[in-house]
Amino acid sequence: MDVHEYQAKEILASHGVEVPPGTVAFSPDQAVYAATELGGSHWVVKAQIHAGARGKAGGVKLCRTYHEVQQAARDLLGKRLVTSQTGPEGKPVQRVYVEVADPFEREIYLGYVLDRKLERVRVIASKHGGMDIEEIAKNTPDELLQVIVEPAVGLQQFQARELAFQLGLNIKQVSRAVKTIMGAYRAFRDNDATMLEINPLVVTKDDKVLALDAKMSFDDNALFRRHNIVDMNDPSQSDPREAQASEHSLNYIGLDGEIGCIVNGAGLAMATMDMIKHAGGNPANFLDVGGGASPERVATAFRLVLSDRRVKVVLVNIFAGINRCDWVAQGVVDAVRAEKIEGVPLVVRLAGTNVEAGKKIIAESGIPIIQADTLAEAAEKAVAAYQGAK
Amino acid sequence: MSILIDEKTPILVQGITGDKGSFHTKEMIDYGSNVVAGVTPGKGGKTHHGVPVFNTVREAVRETGAQASITFVAPAFCADAIMEAADSGVRLICSITDGIPAQDMMRVKRYFLRFPKDRRPMLVGPNCAGIISPGKAMLGIMPGHIYKQGPVGLISRSGTLGYEAASQLKSLGLGISTSVGIGGDPINGSSFLDHLVLFDKDPETEAVLIIGEIGGPQEAEASAWIKENFSKPVIGFVAGLTAPKGRRMGHAGAIISATGDSAAEKTEIMKSYGLTVAPSPAEFGSTVAKVLQSA
Repeated sequence: MDVHEYQAKEILASHGVEVPPGTVAFSPDQAVYAATELGGSHWVVKAQIHAGARGKAGGVKLCRTYHEVQQAARDLLGKRLVTSQTGPEGKPVQRVYVEVADPFEREIYLGYVLDRKLERVRVIASKHGGMDIEEIAKNTPDELLQVIVEPAVGLQQFQARELAFQLGLNIKQVSRAVKTIMGAYRAFRDNDATMLEINPLVVTKDDKVLALDAKMSFDDNALFRRHNIVDMNDPSQSDPREAQASEHSLNYIGLDGEIGCIVNGAGLAMATMDMIKHAGGNPANFLDVGGGASPERVATAFRLVLSDRRVKVVLVNIFAGINRCDWVAQGVVDAVRAEKIEGVPLVVRLAGTNVEAGKKIIAESGIPIIQADTLAEAAEKAVAAYQGAK
Repeated sequence: MSILIDEKTPILVQGITGDKGSFHTKEMIDYGSNVVAGVTPGKGGKTHHGVPVFNTVREAVRETGAQASITFVAPAFCADAIMEAADSGVRLICSITDGIPAQDMMRVKRYFLRFPKDRRPMLVGPNCAGIISPGKAMLGIMPGHIYKQGPVGLISRSGTLGYEAASQLKSLGLGISTSVGIGGDPINGSSFLDHLVLFDKDPETEAVLIIGEIGGPQEAEASAWIKENFSKPVIGFVAGLTAPKGRRMGHAGAIISATGDSAAEKTEIMKSYGLTVAPSPAEFGSTVAKVLQSA
């Protein structure tokens, strides 16, 4: 799960990381009020979306007057911001963050990730902040600093201090940077984050170390114990179909093809998409109905897949392990009747436990369902049905 | 022979009285697995499916000599259950549970380091379908009847894609020595590599099929090791060629977030280390058959 910049900063600040004074605003008037409350003479108005590269896309505006603050908020709110990370549809801007803009001397990169190979938290820092980490890694790979956290004891002060000195900070700045590095680590650990990026972390003329931008992602598997994070969820930032799917605890990812997929198991779902491509078609979605594939879940899956107008054919691929094909088949038949699915060819491939009984139910249902025995046949028939329907 | 389990392996079920634990315990017993004990805190002294139930894993191991465990424990408590099994001397732990927080798994893996290498438990999973040595024993949740006994070792991150492979093999008359599901989580217990080492020494196994997916460094690591060390032919496949970058494809670990994570890159790596790559997920069986014929 992702959160907005201002939410990440709230979390960081509560763990002792210094951030510039700022307030979230939902309207241009609120933005102006925020600026007057914050004081100062320069503000930045930042679009709050779950994606980076906002600056280059015009989502971050420097303002010198209250009028400019109002204008900036008006320009951003209610629009969809398209950045290099959002895809062509962009993300809706429903909140802006108004922040005091003070001049700074240096920009540093500070990041935390769960390293899958090492199975530990890795802290990454660089003197060259302000650009994205891929660029930093490409341009100045030798200057990338890294620290690996020993999970039994957590990040230690000396590790933070070493990093701070290697970043070339003076002694006054070092003690503040250590506080930031340690605080951000605690924010990461105590909230089950999977990624935390402070970019840039800036050093001001008066030796302050401030998190100017912040990005955090959290482990979905740990949300059951992180209610504070769940409360920060902003559904407007996800694809509405995906939000609907997650309400029914289905795993759905929208793509841009024409063949809708309903599959049990994540690996088989990916393989089914691959097979459609292999057969010359394009999958419209990834959808894992889970090991159970109960009739209710199959019905929900149909509703979800068919809510995508691009879908011209639906391919159901169920490998019954724990469950039985006859039960799944009944679920498919019931869903087709209940949802009144017409005009969309339906290809069903069942395999595994009680497959013959399942096929019989489908054949005798009177519904024009195209049956397939193998994965290859299912994909080929789905693509052929799409070409026939075109 | 087979790897990890056979019909004699004494098995312990953690969470035996829960819905899932109970259902799959019966399935495992029916398949021929030697289930000797169950653990549910507070239910000690009872029996379930004819199996004695204990309050703690330590007690169960002491009383029954269980050597392998399978966990049907809710995500919030599963890391604890795995560590309990490890601490009680269980040498093979299979975790079916989907949804364990990554930081919990990080702690579990760190905890395992306290055991010297030769006594460190083998953890299979979490978020996997388990292990089956066809015709002998099952320590998992797979449909046993789709597996035929034979010469192919199978290692898969995905459960259902492993089923797909097993049934394709069976339809061609080919069988499996042992099938291991290593699971779809970003931090898991054992990798392709850990099981390849065992398959290398298993005389029954003549070839190995490894089925990976997007995300993580495991497939590349295994492929490099295979080239240098493995004596038998290996067939590989990576699911997720059509998966978009940065999106989690169902499994917590199936996400393209770094260089080398995509299916195309991993496929190239496999080829460069001499693996035979199945051209599509519909050709697991036929590719393995071809490789076995030419071997």
